[in-house]
Parts: sequence; C-alpha cells; structure tokens
Amino acid sequence: MKKNNLKAWLYMLPALAFLGVFLVYPLIDVFIYSLEEGYNSASQTFFGVGLYNFGYVLRDPYFLQALKNTFILVMITVPLSTGLALLISLALSSVKKLKSLFQTIYFLPYVTNTLAVGLVFMILFKKTPYSEGLVNLLINFFGGQSVDFITGPYWAKMFVLCFYTVWVVLPFKILILTSALASVDQHYYDAARVDATPRWRVFTRITLPMISPMIFYLVITGFIGAFKAYSDAVALFGTDLNAAEMNTIVGYIYDMLYGNSGGYPSYASAAAVILFAIVLTITCINLIVSRKHVHY
Amino acid sequence: MKLVLKDLTKIYPPRGKGSAGAVVAVDGFDFEIPDGKLVGLLGPSGCGKSTALNLICGLLEPTRGQIFFGDEDVTGLPPEKRGVGMVFQHYALYPHLTVLKNILFPLENLRGSEKLSKQEMLKRAYEAAKVVQIENLMDSKPSELSGGQQQRVAIARALVKRPRVLLLDEPLSNLDARLRLQTREEIRRIQRETGITTVFVTHDQEEAMSICDMIVVMQSGRVCQTGHPQKVYEEPESRFVAEFLGTPPINMFSARVEKGGLYIGEDRVFSVEGAAEGEVVAGIRPEGFEYDPKGALCCKMNRVERMGRDVSVVFSHAAAISAVLRAIVDADEAPGDDEKDIRLSIDAGKLRLFDKESGQRIYCTLR
Ligand SMILES: Nc1ncnc2c1ncn2[C@@H]1O[C@H](COP(=O)(O)OP(=O)(O)O)[C@@H](O)[C@H]1O
Ligand SMILES: [Mg+2]
Repeated sequence: MKKNNLKAWLYMLPALAFLGVFLVYPLIDVFIYSLEEGYNSASQTFFGVGLYNFGYVLRDPYFLQALKNTFILVMITVPLSTGLALLISLALSSVKKLKSLFQTIYFLPYVTNTLAVGLVFMILFKKTPYSEGLVNLLINFFGGQSVDFITGPYWAKMFVLCFYTVWVVLPFKILILTSALASVDQHYYDAARVDATPRWRVFTRITLPMISPMIFYLVITGFIGAFKAYSDAVALFGTDLNAAEMNTIVGYIYDMLYGNSGGYPSYASAAAVILFAIVLTITCINLIVSRKHVHY
Repeated sequence: MKLVLKDLTKIYPPRGKGSAGAVVAVDGFDFEIPDGKLVGLLGPSGCGKSTALNLICGLLEPTRGQIFFGDEDVTGLPPEKRGVGMVFQHYALYPHLTVLKNILFPLENLRGSEKLSKQEMLKRAYEAAKVVQIENLMDSKPSELSGGQQQRVAIARALVKRPRVLLLDEPLSNLDARLRLQTREEIRRIQRETGITTVFVTHDQEEAMSICDMIVVMQSGRVCQTGHPQKVYEEPESRFVAEFLGTPPINMFSARVEKGGLYIGEDRVFSVEGAAEGEVVAGIRPEGFEYDPKGALCCKMNRVERMGRDVSVVFSHAAAISAVLRAIVDADEAPGDDEKDIRLSIDAGKLRLFDKESGQRIYCTLR
C-alpha cells in the first residue's frame, strides 16, 4: 500500500512540478509581493511587511474607476449575453434547415481576432472630422443627435464596450447552447406532447432544467471572463485607458506593472489579489445558487 | 374504447440524396381492436411497430387512412387531444423531477373544465401509483430506481390522466429476463384492473403470446394475421407467421405432393386431398411428433435434452429446412440416449402446408 502510494506520487511528479512552477509559485509570489511595502524592483528591496499596498490601491481613484467599470461590464454582459444566446439557440434549433448556415455566421466573431474586431467596431462607432461613423449615420437617419462613442460621454463608451463584449462572447455561448439543446432526447418532448404540455411549460419544466448544467457553465466562465476583460477595452479605446475612464481591473494591474505610471509590482499584486478574492466570492455564490437550480 | 384502423399507411420520404427511396413503414393497416382488450403488436425489429403506435398516438401523421377511437374519427387530432397514454421504450421519465412530480406532470397540464385542485391531483397520482405499486417510491428521482420501477412509474404517468387508450412501445425490452417475466404479468394485471384498451408493441413473440387477448403479427409494414394468440399459433396463415411464433420454433421441411400423397424426403407421411401436386413446405410444431417405431418419418437422432417433465429430441432429416429439428415428447415415451436411427410419427392435425413460393398456407385434408 505504502509502496503503491510512493509510485503514484512519482508518476504524478512531472505534472505536479509543472503545476507548481507555473501555477502555484507565481500565485504565492503575487501574495508575497502584495504584502511587501515600498518594494523597489531595481534593487529588489522593501521596507516592511503589511497591508499598505491594499490600502493604497483601494484609495486610488483609477482603481475605483476600474472596479466600477468591471462590475458594470460583468453585471450587464453576463446575463445579457447568456440570455441572448439562449434565445438565438432556441430560434436556431427550431429552424432545422438554416441551422448550419446560422451557426457559421454566428461563429465568425469567435474565430476573428479581438483586436481586428475592435477596429471594426471603432470604425462603426467612431466620429472623425471626415465621417460620423456608421452608427451615428443611422442615429441621424432616425432623427437623433450624433454621439461620440469613442471619446465622448461615459455612458456611450460603456455602451460600446458592453455591446462589443456581448458580441464577442455570443458565438461561443450559442454554440454551446445549440448543442445542449440538440442533446435533449426527443422522447421527452414527445412525452410532453402526448400529455398536452403547453409550450412555455415545456421550456421551463423540461428544456431549461435539462440544459441547466450548460447554462451554469456559461454563467461561471462568463463571470470569470468578464472580470478579466482588458483587451476589448484596449481595442476600442487605446492603451491609455485611465485617461479614457474605461480601465478594467486587469488593465489597472497591467498599467501598474508596465504602463505610463508603471513600475509598481506591489500595487499590481495587491490589485490582483483583490481581483482573485472577488472572482472567488462570485464563483462560490454561483456554486451555492446552482445547487438548487442545476440538475445533473 | 374500441380502436379501428382503416387503410392506415405511413410512408417516410427518402432521407436525402444517396439513400434508398421512400420507406413504407406501415402499409394499409385495416383492423379493429375490441374495447378493453390487451392487444400485442408483434413483429421483427424494423417492421414498423413503433411507427404504427406513433400513428395511433398522433405523434406521426398518416400518409393515408383513418383512425377511430370508438365512433370518433381522431385522424386529424393532435396527440394532446386524443386522450392517449403512452409508455415510451426508454420510459422518457423526466430525470430532474421526482416520481411524484413525474406522475403529476400530465395532470398539471389540464386546463379549463378539466382543471383539478391540488388535492385531487395528489389523490389521482397516488391512485395511479397504487395500481403499479410504487407508493413508497414517490420522493425518489428516476435515476435512483431500477429498470422495473422506472417502467412502473412510466405506466403510472400514462394512467394518471385516465386515457382512453394505453400504448406501450416495447415496455419490457430494457429489463432483464427475470424482471421481464414478472413485469409482463404486471402489465396484464394492470390492464385487467383498469379495463383500458391497451396496445402493446413487442418483437418478442413469447411476451405477446403469453399476455395478450389478441395479437397482430406484422412483417415489413404489413399485417400478416390478427387473432387470438393460440388461434394464430395453431392456424398460421403464412409460413412467416408459423416460423415467427413459438419457442422452440416450428420445424420446416421441404416436401412435395405427389400421386395423392405427401412426401417428406423419401417418406410418404400422409395421403392428401385438396392440394395441387408439386413442391410445398411442411411445418410441424415440436409437439406434433410422437416417438413411434412404426412412425412414417425416418430421422437421425442427434441428442436428447431433458428439461423436467418434457424431453426434447433433437434430430436431423435430409429434407429439413430448419437448422435444428426438435420434437417434444413425453418423458416415459422418449427414445434412449444412444439410439441413432429413430422413427417419428406426425399428428395430422399439427402439420401445416405452405406454398413454396408465396409462403401462403395451403388448406387441405391429410389422412
Ligand atoms: N423518421 C424516419 N424516417 C425514415 N424512415 C424511418 C423513420 N423512422 C423509422 N423509419 C423506418 O421505418 C421502418 C419502421 O421503423 P419502426 O417503426 O421504428 O420499426 P420497429 O419499431 O418495428 O422496430 C424502418 O425501416 C425504419 O428504418
Ligand atoms: Mg420500435
């Protein structure tokens, strides 16, 4: 028995070593950095150990802006994209013939580069001296006032960011949900039909519970993905996100490390630890909620 | 509720390029199922049994023909308006709902004048559960139940809305042999107790023979013969029916009618009246033989199998069509184990002649 155990550990050693070096060590390192006060990366020295870095970050208006942006982004895009994806997948699975065509169309954004797509969005929304941008032309057509979506008011920029994020994550969610819907056994629907089940009830009592594990998966990964948003904002608003009021937590961390105000690994680490705590909390809440509503 | 099918036909269109043409899954069904009977729809896999059942249930639309429940034409009605209870082959119990909620499900769909109060629903659910004896499992999830128990839940769910017709698609095929025996008796009992006209689909002839009031034997979309199981067993109208029914199966020989006699191989076994001369196929049930030193049929004995009271003699004959020939004889009349050449006599009342080409029964007198 003991010998077997030893052997098992031995077999697992390469994987464990790999995980340790590339996952656990950096994680611990981040925690350590976040506690070292006044760390100087050139001389690799620090003054003391404490929670000062956290205090600084939590009082930094740029961080608070990034926190607010990230939360708005998460709370709007996760439910919206999941709900939209569900609606579209339902529509797709009821039109058998168009299914494969639609799947390709909706999947295009997923295989297209984020930055390229961001550029396209910029062209759609941006107001330049030469052109109003396609969206503004539309707004004008319907009698509205032009809005500067890229450098204009906060809500306009947030709208573009949310719109963009939903658009980017939608195809993957649609793909997952259409295959989840397709995997529900036709016999359940037949049985429900014989028993005169109204359509809405079929959806809420049969379809939804049957695909609930997949919805749950999408919500969890959606939350985590949205909390880690960064490249989308860069693609739309350029690299100086603090000035644009469009920074996200990950963006803030990056700026603290390499940006114009960069060179502060301790503050960056403190922000990373805060992000970690937030994601952990949200995931735990998700798990608790799911226990009641997800049927495996 | 009497069930009448008139020229009921279902043709599946070809499934796209490259595949074979249209499939006639149900071809001109024309028979009547009497009120309150248990009817077995019997045939090999792929002969269109499920299709026929789905037509009766309304999940499929017929290409042609009509379906009547009593005097009411239900052909155009959707399944929810027909008042049928259906038990699917894989039960289709909702896995996320408890047994009770599964059984309540059809009741909760009732609307308008049929709408029930919560109490009535519970009462009806427990009544149905009692009929199939699963009252103690009401709070379990389907995945926690055995195959037999799931089966009962499915039946309870079908019964709870008091259907006019109960339809079961291969309800026993997912059970092990022992449970299958037990459950088929259960189905018989439940059907007797409720008196609901029941159509029961199976590919297992023994299942159908043992519990049904009437069987409908099908082959590739067509009805071959309908009637009481014993009657169909004894008087098959075609070679297919004769061979499909019965375990052990009927023994088939190539035979010929010549000069007023019926010959199996070189042996003249009977004199015949009313059959044209020529090649025929003779079928004899295992119980149609007798071990008799003066018998007409000369055979080579392979072995004797003793199973309790019955002894089955496995033998071979030059004119045999069946791969294995078997005669069931009384224990005290059986040949000894080491005999080689034996003679068997044939009960004239148990021998059936079929046309060699069409397989249709040839009615004649044997003496
Ligand atoms: N949806 C369908 N489309 C085309 N052919 C089908 C379809 N369903 C069944 N069939 C064909 O119809 C025939 C009868 O099928 P089925 O009723 O399922 O047989 P059984 O239940 O007796 O095994 C089979 O040859 C099968 O391949
Ligand atoms: Mg079938």
